[in-house]
Amino acid sequence: MTLDASASSADTGAPRPRLAFGRHLDWNWLGVVPFFLFAFLFLIGPVLYLVVGAFQNAQGQFTFANILELGSPNMVASFSLTIRLSLLSAAMGAIAGLLLGQAVILGGLPPWVRNAFTTFSGVASNFAGVPLAFAFIATLGRLGLVTVLLRDLFGINLYASGFNLFSFFGVSLVYLYFQLPLMFLIIAPALDGLKQEWREAAEILGASRSQYWQMIGLPVLLPTILGCFLLLFANAFGTLATVYALMGSGFDVVPIVLFQQIRGNVLYNPNLGYALALGMVVIMGVSNTLYLILRKRAERWQK
Amino acid sequence: MKKRFPLVAILTALFAASFFIVPLIATFYFSLKMVRGELGFAAYASVFGSAAFLQTISYSTVASLIAIVIGAVIIVPTAYWVRLKVPHLRPVVEFISLLPLIVPPVVLVFGYIRLFGSSSWLPLTTTATGTDILLVIGYVVLSMPYMFRAVDNGMAAIDIATLTEAAESLGASRLRTIALVIFPNVRAAIISGAFLTFSISLGEFVLASLLNRPAFGPYLVQLGQDRAYEPAALAIMAFGFTWACMALMQLFATRKPGQRWLPRLTKPAAQRTTP
Amino acid sequence: MTFLSISNAVKTFGSNTVVKGFDLAVDKGEFVSFLGPSGCGKTTVLRMIAGFERPTSGRIMIDGRDVTDIAPNKRRIGMVFQAYALFPNMNVAGNIGFGLKIAGMGRAEIDARVQEMLDLIGLSHLAERFPYEMSGGQQQRVALARALAPKPQVLLLDEPLSALDAKIRVSLRSEIREIQRRLGITTVFVTHDQEEAMSISDRIVVMNGGRADQIGTPSEIYNRPTTRFVANFVGTLNTFDVTVVDPGRGHVSLEDQALMLHASPLSAKAGETLSIALRPEALRLGRCDTHEATLPARIEDVHFMGSIIRLRVMMAGVSVSLDTFNRPDMPTPLPGSMIEVSLSGKQAIVLRG
Repeated sequence: MTLDASASSADTGAPRPRLAFGRHLDWNWLGVVPFFLFAFLFLIGPVLYLVVGAFQNAQGQFTFANILELGSPNMVASFSLTIRLSLLSAAMGAIAGLLLGQAVILGGLPPWVRNAFTTFSGVASNFAGVPLAFAFIATLGRLGLVTVLLRDLFGINLYASGFNLFSFFGVSLVYLYFQLPLMFLIIAPALDGLKQEWREAAEILGASRSQYWQMIGLPVLLPTILGCFLLLFANAFGTLATVYALMGSGFDVVPIVLFQQIRGNVLYNPNLGYALALGMVVIMGVSNTLYLILRKRAERWQK
Repeated sequence: MKKRFPLVAILTALFAASFFIVPLIATFYFSLKMVRGELGFAAYASVFGSAAFLQTISYSTVASLIAIVIGAVIIVPTAYWVRLKVPHLRPVVEFISLLPLIVPPVVLVFGYIRLFGSSSWLPLTTTATGTDILLVIGYVVLSMPYMFRAVDNGMAAIDIATLTEAAESLGASRLRTIALVIFPNVRAAIISGAFLTFSISLGEFVLASLLNRPAFGPYLVQLGQDRAYEPAALAIMAFGFTWACMALMQLFATRKPGQRWLPRLTKPAAQRTTP
Repeated sequence: MTFLSISNAVKTFGSNTVVKGFDLAVDKGEFVSFLGPSGCGKTTVLRMIAGFERPTSGRIMIDGRDVTDIAPNKRRIGMVFQAYALFPNMNVAGNIGFGLKIAGMGRAEIDARVQEMLDLIGLSHLAERFPYEMSGGQQQRVALARALAPKPQVLLLDEPLSALDAKIRVSLRSEIREIQRRLGITTVFVTHDQEEAMSISDRIVVMNGGRADQIGTPSEIYNRPTTRFVANFVGTLNTFDVTVVDPGRGHVSLEDQALMLHASPLSAKAGETLSIALRPEALRLGRCDTHEATLPARIEDVHFMGSIIRLRVMMAGVSVSLDTFNRPDMPTPLPGSMIEVSLSGKQAIVLRG
């Protein structure tokens, strides 16, 4: 019945009789039904299924056991590793991206430099996954070109001096390859939003360059920087292909643990997998929501 | 704040540029060294000579293209309808379209496997075709944020509501309005979103691997474990591919409706500007 | 006595000379406006006074001190920008107190001075508001207070009213003038709006192509423009070609009617043609004893503007504007009707060049 109504009122495009308004019938929402149906079936439904499953035991009874299980030492270690890795790579990306943005956008360099970095960043921020891992292995792996060159030309043995690409720090360095350009891209509008007049107004009121940055520039940018940091954090937290291709299945970040669990039931309890998924969604959700809130706040300032 | 020589800025830019470029140069150089003692494209030849490469890449290409079409069919009418008739639903639709950014692919596919498994009311994962469909749907979902953003921006740029009213006041039916007025004007935006979708899904690993599909992403990982030089060659090609997709996306995203592909050779008649 | 002086200032950007030898002496407490079309160099001169642009050549002195090579943050100047430029991360009190804080003033002292400034602009109740929570007019008043708080020697206003609505523009401009008078602060005001410049200034500098065309009081600028540019830029002008009869006495004729010009002797010889201009309000509707010439005219168009009515009339072969006061007891003139218009040579401006 509803489908018939949608066909006659929405899809044919025939002018609707005024009566419809008189009876306060509004069939317009039917036009978005396919979208909602699709989203519910293939996005919300599957996630809800996992969320519900996280609070059930194998017999389908309600329980908090799976959530509590997340507090077990290896789960905690896994979340801790992922969060630390994400924090480090987000911090590196945020700081480096901010410095690069400051240099390229406000540093008095010719416009083509900025354009080149913007174009490149658009590509590099999307160049994640398996090929990125390959590129770094070819560069900084044990037989990587830079490793070999440093050894043969300058006598610097990277791996002997403590560097290892296949380590916590190595992974975050690889992440930097997409985090830095992402930061550059999302901080650029905020740097553009720093008005020339603010600097001049501060200056004519007696402020030095560093006083301007300390009292106006950085405080104005702060919500944006924090928001971008959270976005980078979530970006790193959800990364799987890159780290899997680089480290294999033994590196226990949460996405890999979940990946392994789905593949071969490494975890004894499948419902624990649901809890793991829930944990990921919650962390990603919270950081993305905070990002949106901070962005709103920053936009309010930059009108 | 006198203008001075931007030494710090130049050093920062150079440092960043080398961080970006050195891995590419190193990888490229590495990929040329397959044959001991000489530089050549042997690794590339080896990649293209492999049947598995050709099979997986064609599989992934087809899957991505279907995902693009389905994505466009779902997103474009929705974005249009939301702008035109149900603007109060806009926050909801926008929120849903952004959800895939907070649901990691590994979680999404986990849900698929459980919800559409053998005991499900819709047991898609029990047949190869069903799993293929699920993979394509997964790509549609993953690309939804970008597709919606691209199409919605495209529609924002042309004031869809007024155009529709104008077309209807001239007597066009709604279908004709969509076909003759709306679609041609947002075509560039759709194609722009399509290229982004393409670049995301062609080398996608997690969904393909967990759904056990013979796609390009799992092939890449396998190759990385078995070989040394071919992965480097593939990384370079992947970078080139991403670059091409982004360039085409940018081209379509910034293209104005009705703009020519090539600059005119003759000067157009001077346009009258309103004061 | 001269407080702020700019002597022979030149500013070149690349191959483009924006300011071409600018001289000005401003007295203490004087309110001077720079008036001119965009690109005339008025903002560049202002920015040179502020120190944001360094003159290519020439000197700038404030209170006997050469500030040409002094950084903006050491000049003790207050400045108000077109787009308010309030610091978005600080509330009203924070913005007003910024300069005082930089100067190292104590907390209590700052609070007292901020309160004083808030009272001055009448926004005491908004001290805690943030810029994005206020209207443009309120923001610009805060910007004024912020500029005045550190007691600057000179106040610079860079088109401070152009971003505001028409009504607020008028009320804020008298407020600015009143505050300026009360504090007796030397002020330079940049605008492209001639009415604004007329109503607010002690003196106006009309700028054109990087030079000062004329410097004078509003009435001098309006009634005795020295160049054709100034005459055209400031107010509406009706131009007539007249024939010189007796250059020594300033006697000319228009359509066989004699006119005695103010500016005699004339540079043109007898029999030659001369351009004179008359403001719309210098033309009188009907016959008048104080005006020596009366010409027939035909009304082409009528614009009712409230207290005055502006008529577009055809007389002596040219289409001219004529202002007459609105009188409620009289019928409004109708287009197409024939009238008589009186004019007097004393009110005419003789145009040169």
